[in-house]
Amino acid sequence: MNEMISIAEEFLKLIGVEAEPEFWEVEKGHIRRFAQAIGDPNPLWQDEEYASKTRYGGIIAPPFFLIDTGLVKFVDRLVDMCPQKANINGGTELDFYRPMKVGDTITTVAKLSEVKEKTGKGGTMLFLTVEVIYINQKGELVARCRNTFIRR
Amino acid sequence: MSGQIYFEDVVVGDSLPTLMKHPTPRKLVMWAGASGEFSEMHYDKDLALQKGFPGIVVHGMLMASFLAQLITDWMGERGDLKRIKTRNEQFVLVNEDLICKGSVAKKYVEKNDHYVECELWVENRKGERCVSATAIVKLPAREADRIGSKK
Repeated sequence: MNEMISIAEEFLKLIGVEAEPEFWEVEKGHIRRFAQAIGDPNPLWQDEEYASKTRYGGIIAPPFFLIDTGLVKFVDRLVDMCPQKANINGGTELDFYRPMKVGDTITTVAKLSEVKEKTGKGGTMLFLTVEVIYINQKGELVARCRNTFIRR
Repeated sequence: MSGQIYFEDVVVGDSLPTLMKHPTPRKLVMWAGASGEFSEMHYDKDLALQKGFPGIVVHGMLMASFLAQLITDWMGERGDLKRIKTRNEQFVLVNEDLICKGSVAKKYVEKNDHYVECELWVENRKGERCVSATAIVKLPAREADRIGSKK
């Protein structure tokens, strides 16, 4: 119980503090491998000839492309703060504003926005909410993500 | 993927076509590589069990992507996914059969744009909901197309 309280205090100090921005190139091959991992054959993500005839003018990324990638480094840091605890993905809230196109550079900025403590039959658990914004090279907002992680 | 769906075609209560998935260890490795999510409980059984997981578990984001595929297949090339909110309700072990389903919950017009809200979920073979989600898509409307073509 005391251990969780002191861990929670460490997390509370991080609330609202933005991590250093990270940069990601949107690459055709990466999109293809991402779509293959999901098993999603939609030609919008994989067929240049098909995609070039759509309103997008070329291949775009599936909805969750780079979403995880923008979260991972920041979440790994949170995990390292108490590595003996399990880290469980509680769920994701994603708002989409524009597609990611091949050749875009996406900047991601992550922060911890909330820490909650809950005590149940399993013991004390911490609920961490991480927020990430995704911006393209034109400074346009591409997506916004809020992900909940459970530490127990 | 079938032909383009229009706002006028949608009826609240409609079911989306079911999507079947079967994440194998290989698929989890492919996902880890493509997403950058390398947490050990998705490929190291000893570590997964040590941390209190029931075995090698499927990434929540991969299952969220299954639901994203379900909705993007349904909405067609002219649809726009505006929002998706997922909740991971229980662990899914690798090599399980997963049934991805959805139904139309709401349809509405806002500032001349046509929206549909769908409930989506991933079920296991026992019929238990493992991931639940809500998605909002903007759909093309035949009426809007007609007005647009008159301009």
